Amino acid sequence: MGLDFSIIPKYLDVVLLGAAWTMGITVASAILSFFGGIVFAVVALYAPWIIRQPFRLIEWVFMGTPLLLQLFLIYFGLVQIGIDLPAFIAGIIGLGLHFAVYNSELIQTAILAVDKGQMEAARTLGLSRGEALRKVVIPQAVRAVIPPIGNNMIALLKDSALVSVIGVSELTLSAQRVIGKTYRPFEFYILAAAFYYVINLCMEWVQRKIERRIAISR
Amino acid sequence: MTEQTDFVEIRHAQKSFGALEVLKDISLSVTRGQIVGIIGSSGSGKSTLLRAINDLDPLTGGEIWLDGVQVNKSLPHRQYEKHINEMRQQVGMVFQHFNLFPHMTARENVTMAPKMLKGLSQAAADKLAEEQLDKVGMLERIDYYPSQLSGGQKQRVAIARALAMKPKLMLFDEATSALDPELVEEVNLVMKRLAEEHMTMIIVTHEMDFAASVCDRVLFMDKGVVVEEGPPATMFKHPTKERTREFLRKHIEGAK
Ligand SMILES: Nc1ncnc2c1ncn2[C@@H]1O[C@H](COP(=O)(O)OP(=O)(O)OP(=O)(O)O)[C@@H](O)[C@H]1O
Ligand SMILES: [Mg+2]
Repeated sequence: MGLDFSIIPKYLDVVLLGAAWTMGITVASAILSFFGGIVFAVVALYAPWIIRQPFRLIEWVFMGTPLLLQLFLIYFGLVQIGIDLPAFIAGIIGLGLHFAVYNSELIQTAILAVDKGQMEAARTLGLSRGEALRKVVIPQAVRAVIPPIGNNMIALLKDSALVSVIGVSELTLSAQRVIGKTYRPFEFYILAAAFYYVINLCMEWVQRKIERRIAISR
Repeated sequence: MTEQTDFVEIRHAQKSFGALEVLKDISLSVTRGQIVGIIGSSGSGKSTLLRAINDLDPLTGGEIWLDGVQVNKSLPHRQYEKHINEMRQQVGMVFQHFNLFPHMTARENVTMAPKMLKGLSQAAADKLAEEQLDKVGMLERIDYYPSQLSGGQKQRVAIARALAMKPKLMLFDEATSALDPELVEEVNLVMKRLAEEHMTMIIVTHEMDFAASVCDRVLFMDKGVVVEEGPPATMFKHPTKERTREFLRKHIEGAK
């Protein structure tokens, strides 16, 4: 059986829909991982011990275990304690928190690297420590780690294929389903790969735009 | 507390960093509108004293009073935070390295705190920014980011930022030391204008000429104590203490 790419148009809509799901899940988890990363970082650095402990547990789970297991836990495990999430929501939470932990590491380092004079200047004006963190320190820390956070988001895009295991018809699973009907793995995996590549390019483009925009304000 | 205090009063200020005693029983009072210069060699405790006034480096002993209110009074933690934030709103501080917020334009640097702490509307804040930046000759650069400004311009914006809180007292910690020589004058001019408006100021400086021209009184500090103080004419021309003479001699030689 030779290669035959002419079969693609017939199933293009299925794969396109999968690509749309992948994009949606990636964007939603990226946003969650960004803000979650800030929250985790602030808690790790400044929260009292009693609040830090549960967060440390979450961090340990999301950093020390496979993402696959985390997705199973959120989707199948939580049902047992009465939390029945739709698969795509479970996927977004799993991916989002997983990468929030990685973003948090970056943001923590960046917060500590912000010049001490910034906090002092803000405090001198009469801001409380929390206000100074929010308005002065964190915005600068986040700007400083946009490039490595961008790299994490590309990794997130690739790992989003894992949510197929809990039945979300994203790009990889859509391709698989079409392959199940057509027995054309090469053509459709290549097609899926091409879509991932295009989404990847879009994300890099957005990242460059953000970086250019903030360059002046650093 | 009924005792009469001067506008700014420092009583028996003592500060140690661990075993290192940096301020040793310093007392000082400043009347409203007075301009006090502090000179002294590196490490003598000038910055520490200035930073104690708004509690950036809290004293380990002694009292700081501003306009009849004790700055470093003992209060439970929560209340103290609230009290100190209120006190700091009344004291403007200008740093050697400007410490402008790089992610904000000049306008935003000036308006952030007033908007946040005094609930100014955007319109009122814009007006305030224009007013204060005009005062330091930076109105044209109102929407520039710090990265687009020269050192002297940054420092002028930093002064505008401090003034926007309408402070009762301004503290300057070597405001021109980090500037290229040709940019010093523009900042000095702004400070002179403040002096003409009778702003109460405490100025730590290495520029003796500037101190002589704007200060009502000059203090010479050495190793954590005020060795000598007096009007600039006396301090610079006829210092009585040997340590002061030595410092000035070295300093003038150094400047040549
Ligand atoms: N946070 C700190 N921890 C420990 N020691 C400190 C701290 N801040 C200042 N010191 C020490 O206190 C002493 C006085 O420092 P300070 O900065 O007040 O001097 P200064 O007169 O302002 O000097 P300069 O002219 O160099 O600015 C120095 O010996 C300094 O090393
Ligand atoms: Mg100093």
